[in-house]
Amino acid sequence: MKLVLRLLLVVAVLTLIGIVGVMWWHPGALPESRKAEATNATTQIINRGEYLARAGDCVACHTVANGPEFAGGRAMPTPFGALYVPNITPDDETGIGKWTADDFYRMMHKGVSKDGTLLYPAMPFASYTKVTRADSDAIYAYLMAVPPVRQQNRPHELKFPFNNRDLLIGWRTLYFKEGEFVPDRKQSTEWNRGAYLVQGLGHCAMCHTAINALGGSSESKAFEGGMIPNQNWYAPSLTSNREAGLGNWDIKDIADLLQVGVSHRGTTYGPMAEVVYNSLQYLTDEDVKAMAVYLKALPQRDSEPAPTSQARLVDPGVMETGRRIYAAQCAVCHGDEGKGYPPAFPPLAGNQSITMSSPVNSIRMVLNGGYAPGTKKNPRPHGMPPFSHILDDAEVAAVVTYIRVAWDNRGTPVAPAQANELRRLLPE
Amino acid sequence: MTRFRYMRRAMQQAICLGVGLYVCADGRAQSDAVPSFKSVDSIEARVQGCVTCHGQSGQGTNNGYFPRIAGKPAGYLYNQLVAFRDGTRRYAPMNYLVAYLPDPYLKEIAQHFAKQRPPFAGKETATADDATLKRGAALAQAGDPARGVPACIACHGSGLTGMEPGIPGLVGLRPTYIVAQLTRWRVGERHAAEPDCMKRVATRLSEPDITAVAAWLSQQPAPRDPSPESANLVRMPFACGSQR
Repeated sequence: MKLVLRLLLVVAVLTLIGIVGVMWWHPGALPESRKAEATNATTQIINRGEYLARAGDCVACHTVANGPEFAGGRAMPTPFGALYVPNITPDDETGIGKWTADDFYRMMHKGVSKDGTLLYPAMPFASYTKVTRADSDAIYAYLMAVPPVRQQNRPHELKFPFNNRDLLIGWRTLYFKEGEFVPDRKQSTEWNRGAYLVQGLGHCAMCHTAINALGGSSESKAFEGGMIPNQNWYAPSLTSNREAGLGNWDIKDIADLLQVGVSHRGTTYGPMAEVVYNSLQYLTDEDVKAMAVYLKALPQRDSEPAPTSQARLVDPGVMETGRRIYAAQCAVCHGDEGKGYPPAFPPLAGNQSITMSSPVNSIRMVLNGGYAPGTKKNPRPHGMPPFSHILDDAEVAAVVTYIRVAWDNRGTPVAPAQANELRRLLPE
Repeated sequence: MTRFRYMRRAMQQAICLGVGLYVCADGRAQSDAVPSFKSVDSIEARVQGCVTCHGQSGQGTNNGYFPRIAGKPAGYLYNQLVAFRDGTRRYAPMNYLVAYLPDPYLKEIAQHFAKQRPPFAGKETATADDATLKRGAALAQAGDPARGVPACIACHGSGLTGMEPGIPGLVGLRPTYIVAQLTRWRVGERHAAEPDCMKRVATRLSEPDITAVAAWLSQQPAPRDPSPESANLVRMPFACGSQR
């Protein structure tokens, strides 16, 4: 009898161990720990504010590398001198601790600080003006809830006459139109959500609309692309199918590019990789898809005519040098036919980012290489090595020329001088 | 794709045989720096961003400034990748490349190169005179007690192959790189985790000391066992933040 009992006990213990083991190895088999009951109103607003602050990418500018979040101090080099981004933690003395939700909304909506000074347009209030009062309040609630950091703002180092804020009155008359986003009733809810995010918090126009000599971007040229001042990257046009126009892209590829950082059509690099890394990867699938729907529907217009066949003529010697370098160094990843191994290695054939009129980005990629951003959906991105120490200016120009005209690509040749100019700039 | 690569390599070797030894040796050194991998979804394919400077297996390339990274302790390599990403170690091309890569991925890359055991390149012909090499040997093996300089081998391993988890091997590094790093440490450009033991060492070295130790190190033969020593077999003369 005792033996039977003992056996039963052993069997019971073994069974228990077995069950625990199964549950351990298959976490899904464990009963879900009940999440805290529907979070209270304050928590919900702060959570939403955090999400919206991500969409606005506040952290990218308001934090120095390795520094406390939102404590400011990062230098923003501009053609007019260096701006130092302010502390937006809720510290009473050095941050925005004493601001009210009204103050915060006025800053977002009108570009005017609590003390009445006009903000420099490095703060994208020309975009943030479209943000709704409710969203502004949520971001405010979130910023009030982050740890306060005592860190004095550093004064800007702007050259005369740009250090005179009165000039901003003129700038505002020319380039600033105040007003919350007004939905277009003729468009879908999804399109309107995308438009709200792209035009407002996303502040895409800051880079993708050309900045003129006055540091302004004109609305009639919205999303037509331009060089990013002081970064030496070209932000392609979002409206031209010859640049990053997305008219002939699948929604899935656009959404992937934005949120994953890579797609079957192309890969993000440079400043756009930073945007994906700090901001877009955190957006929901629905919001990213909405942005894709809006971007795809942007009216297509080309700011300049397609290159003539004359302009596309390439010296056969240059073409041969380019082909030889491509076969030796590039074909392993991008394929003999330029088709790549997407999304790991992007295609070069039919890639607008290669053939668009500005060769700046292609030259920089050949010189400095680059990794796509590591994101939640692509945590182990593939990357390209630098070739600046292997190829001279003529070789860089030749291989970039080759990829711009091979495989029915309709780009124009590149001169060694263009490679040389970018070689002298440090990668940023 | 793989087959093409083998064919390409076979053809290259055939051409080498035809043209002569010089081209052959040169050709091989070059091909180490050329992107190549077997499967797209592999760590080998993912680290192609490293190969034109550090070589396919991290063995280094023709360029004397780019260090051999193969076989260095994973902890050391990871610390460097994080420091490059966060800007606490400054070298613009590296800062740019790893700027948007998350910690776990940097760890994976570090572990990948830590596992590699490619052959060591032939040593460079010595340009330093005997006195310099002798001074270098003394510093590396015995230090300079008068100035409180510990021997390299006290921390970097008796075979100079480094120590787990955070101290790099020094064999296979060329003088250009070693001189540059020691100098940057000395002037406060390069830092390690506090307490920064290497700073204490570097600030005790003179410029001729740095030249001497770099010259001697570059003349050392390939170690029989290139693996780093295990952690804390020895008590180190200076406390190092990277060993905690």
